[in-house]
Amino acid sequence: MSIEIKHVTKRYAGYTALDNISLNVDTGDLVALLGPSGCGKTTLLRIIAGLDTPDSGSIFLEERDTTGIPAREKNVGFVFQHYALFRHLNVFDNVAFGLRVRPSQTRPSKNEIRDRVVYLLKLVQMEWAVKRYPSQLSGGQRQRVALARALAVNPKVLLLDEPFSALDAKVRQELRRWLRKLHDDIHVTSIFVTHDQEEALELADRIVVINKGRIEQQGSPQEVYDHPANAFVYNFLGNVNVFHGRLRDGKVLVGDHLIEAGKRIGHHEAEHGQAFIRPHEIGISRIRSGKNDIVGFIRDIRLMGGQIGLELETAGFDKPIEAEIPRETWRNLELSRGDEVFITLDRATVFTGDYVI
Amino acid sequence: MFRASPLPDKQTRTMLPFKRNRRQILPGFGLSMGYTVFYLSAIVIVPLATLVAGSFRIAPDLFVNTVTSPRVLASYRLSLSTALIAAMFNAFFGFLTAWTLVRYRFPGRKVLDALVDLPFALPTAVAGICFATLYSPVGWVGQFLGRFDIQLINAPSGIVIALIFIGFPFVVRTVQPVLAELEPEIEEAAHSLGASRWQAFRRILLPHIFPALLTGVTLSFARAIGEYGSVIFIAGNLPFRTEIAPLMIMSKLDQFDYDGAAAVALVLLLISFSMLLVLNSVQRWQEKAYR
Repeated sequence: MSIEIKHVTKRYAGYTALDNISLNVDTGDLVALLGPSGCGKTTLLRIIAGLDTPDSGSIFLEERDTTGIPAREKNVGFVFQHYALFRHLNVFDNVAFGLRVRPSQTRPSKNEIRDRVVYLLKLVQMEWAVKRYPSQLSGGQRQRVALARALAVNPKVLLLDEPFSALDAKVRQELRRWLRKLHDDIHVTSIFVTHDQEEALELADRIVVINKGRIEQQGSPQEVYDHPANAFVYNFLGNVNVFHGRLRDGKVLVGDHLIEAGKRIGHHEAEHGQAFIRPHEIGISRIRSGKNDIVGFIRDIRLMGGQIGLELETAGFDKPIEAEIPRETWRNLELSRGDEVFITLDRATVFTGDYVI
Repeated sequence: MFRASPLPDKQTRTMLPFKRNRRQILPGFGLSMGYTVFYLSAIVIVPLATLVAGSFRIAPDLFVNTVTSPRVLASYRLSLSTALIAAMFNAFFGFLTAWTLVRYRFPGRKVLDALVDLPFALPTAVAGICFATLYSPVGWVGQFLGRFDIQLINAPSGIVIALIFIGFPFVVRTVQPVLAELEPEIEEAAHSLGASRWQAFRRILLPHIFPALLTGVTLSFARAIGEYGSVIFIAGNLPFRTEIAPLMIMSKLDQFDYDGAAAVALVLLLISFSMLLVLNSVQRWQEKAYR
C-alpha cells in the first residue's frame, strides 16, 4: 500500500505546521519522519490517519484520494505515544475492539476473532497477558499491546507517533529492534514519527527530515547521514562541530585559521560560510601531518563506550572542539589531559550562505 | 467539590488497617483514622443513632401502624419515585452539561460553570418559591402551560422539577473532572480502529465515566429523598397525592407526635441507606473490573 502526499499545507493560528509537503512512501517501506519537536511531523501523521484535515493538498492511499475521509473509514493503524489503551478492557478485549465494532456483515465470528487476537498477541509476545488490564502492564508491554490492537484490523498502513519516546532507554532500544524485525516479517507500509535521530537511523528504510513544516531532505539513512543536503540536516543528525567564518576561495576563515573543506555545499559567492565536522571525522596526531593542522590542547578526556571523547582547546577558536577517536588510537598516542596535539579538519563540509537553526 | 475518584490508587485499597504490627509506609494512620471515626460519629452516626434508639421506645404495633398507614406509604412512594425520576433526568442533562463545559470552548463558559453550583448555595425554600411563582397558573410559565392544560404546580411533576434543580450540580461536578481527564487519544484510537461515534461513546467513553456518573446520580438521588424546603412550596401538599415523606415527618412533629415522626424517619433512613448501599456496591463492582 503506497502513500502519496501531495502539496499538503496546514496552518494554525500564528504558525504554519506544514508548508506544501509532498512525499511518496512505497509499499512495504518503513519510513521515519524525523525532526525537532514542533516541526509538524505529528501533524502530518495525523493528517495521513484522518485524525486531522489539511487546509490544502491531498493524501492518496494506493492511488485513491482519501483526503477528508474520517479516520474510522480509512483502515489505518495508529499507535499513540502514550499507548491510548482502553483501560476498562483487558488485553484481549483491547486487541479485539477493532474487529468487534465492525458492522455485522463484515464482522468475523467469535472464533475467528479469538484466533486473530491470539495470533497477534503471539506476534507481539504478549499472549501470556490476555486477561491483564493495561494498568497491570509496563510501558513497553502496553505499547506492544497497542501495536497488536492497531494490527488487528489489517490496516493498509501503520502509523506510529513517537511510539517509544515514553519508554526508558533500554526498553526503547529493545523495542526498536523488535519492531524492525516485526516489520520485516509482516511488511505493512509504516510511517513513524520521531525526534530521535538514532532511532530513525537504526530503524527506518528511509528517513524524511522535517523542519518548520518543510521537508529538508529524504533518503536512506546512509544517504542522509553521509550526505546531508544542508546545514540543518547535518546538525540534526548527530553531534557536530560548527565553525562560523568568512568565505575565501571556498575555504572558511575562522579567526586566523583557514579550514579547507572536503566538500562544499551552497553558492560560491556567499560572504559567510560555516564548516561542519563530526567529532569522529577529526584527525588527532602527535606530529604535524599537514600544513592546515591546528595546534590544540586536550582539556578533557571522556570515556564513551568504545570511543574516547576529547575536548580540545585551540588558540584560534572561541569554542572548544569535540573530537572522538577509537580507544586504540588513544592508547597508542598515550594522550592525557593537557597534552599538545595536532588537529586535522580536512574532512569538514562547508556550507555557504546564512543559515539559522 | 464532589470530586469522584474512580481511580483511587492501589495502595490505599490494599492497606491493611488492622495489622498493627506491620509498619505503615504512609504515616499518621492512627491519627487520621481516629479523627475520621470521631468526626463521622459526631456528625453522622450519633444523631442517626439517637433516631434509631428513639424509635425503639415506640410500641411495635404503633410503629407498624404508623409506617404502613396508607398516607405514609403514599408519601414514601412519592418521595422515592420523584427522587428517582429526578436523578435520571440529572444523569442525562448533568452529563450533557458536563460534556459541554469540558469539550467546548465558548464565551461565557466560566459563568455557566459557576452557575452550576448555585443550587448548592441558594436556600432551597427560595428556589421553591421561585418555582411556585413561575409555574403557578398566573406565573410566566404556568400561564403558557395552562393553555395546553398542563399543570405542574400541586402535582408530582412539579416536585420532580424542584428535585432536578437541587440535585443537578452533583452529576455535573462528579462527571466533569473525569471527563476532563480522559485523553482525546482514547477516542481517536477507537475511531482509527473503525468505531463509529456512537460505538466510541457507548463502548469506550461511557464505561470510563460510568462510575463517576453513578456517583453523581447516587448523590443527586440521596439528596432528593431528603429534600424538603423547595418541594413544599410547589407540591401543594395534598394528602395521598403530593405529600412527600419529609413533609409527613414535619407534620407529625407539628402535632407533637414525636414517636410517629421518628418511625417515619427511621423507615425513610433505612430505605435511603439500603439504596445507597446497593448503588455503592454496583459502583465498586464496576470499578473493580479494570483495576
